[in-house]
Amino acid sequence: MKEVTATAQTVEEAVHLALAQLNVSKERAEIIVVDEGKKGFLGIFGARPAIVKAKLIYNPIEEAEKFLKSVIEKMGIQADIQKIENGRNAEFILSGEQMALLIGKHGQTLNSLQLLAQLVANRYSEHYIHITIDAENYRARRKETLAQLAQKLADKAIKTGKEVKLEPLPAYERKIIHAALAERKGIKTYSVGTEPHRYIVISPDQ
Amino acid sequence: MKELIETIVQALVEYPEDVVVTESSNENTITYHLSVHKDDIGKVIGKQGRTIHAIRTVVYAAASQQPKRVVLHVEDKG
Repeated sequence: MKEVTATAQTVEEAVHLALAQLNVSKERAEIIVVDEGKKGFLGIFGARPAIVKAKLIYNPIEEAEKFLKSVIEKMGIQADIQKIENGRNAEFILSGEQMALLIGKHGQTLNSLQLLAQLVANRYSEHYIHITIDAENYRARRKETLAQLAQKLADKAIKTGKEVKLEPLPAYERKIIHAALAERKGIKTYSVGTEPHRYIVISPDQ
Repeated sequence: MKELIETIVQALVEYPEDVVVTESSNENTITYHLSVHKDDIGKVIGKQGRTIHAIRTVVYAAASQQPKRVVLHVEDKG
């Protein structure tokens, strides 16, 4: 976090100096008066300058958006970013020509961008901020695919009477599968292994 | 590619001025050597290597547009 300290004859002047150093307006900084200063007797004895600290206030979601924008640009991809903010959650929706490249196999590039943007946002935030990145409705399509896959594998587990292991999936994709099979009779689901290799097992009831 | 790596890593670390990326290449591979402040190594790698894995995924996706294979290596200064 960027922080500067300024010293001047009065608090007002010190604040002015500090803001000038940060190059921001009053609204974008948190001001802490360290010492109000003293004029001193006849302006000679016991005079003390005023000291203030100014700290830049960041908007974590804005920082994440800036990050995403410059990363995509440096990847050599032209994309528009639409931002939907909802308290501590933010969703960025990407659109443009080369979305397949940004999504990647099984969404792994999209998931990686999401993880990195989330790390950036949370560097600037005291509360946990959740970031989702989507392109071409990938998240909804993926959810449908996973739910279908879950039902198919549940059928298999019941038919064969054997456990079915899935490929490792990120936490929110595992959640989709657990949820899809929560009501399903004859099987139960659980996860095994440690991140990022944690995977689901569908196990038929004995 | 070098700029992409710098952009990503500088946004994650405490000492962005210490982020250095150098490259070496042979016939079919370009290797990028990433070096960061020693206090930032953990940040760049992340829990179970999650962060470096994500960085590599993004970098390799960008690199898929050009013919040479790309490798991202984190220098360990010890």
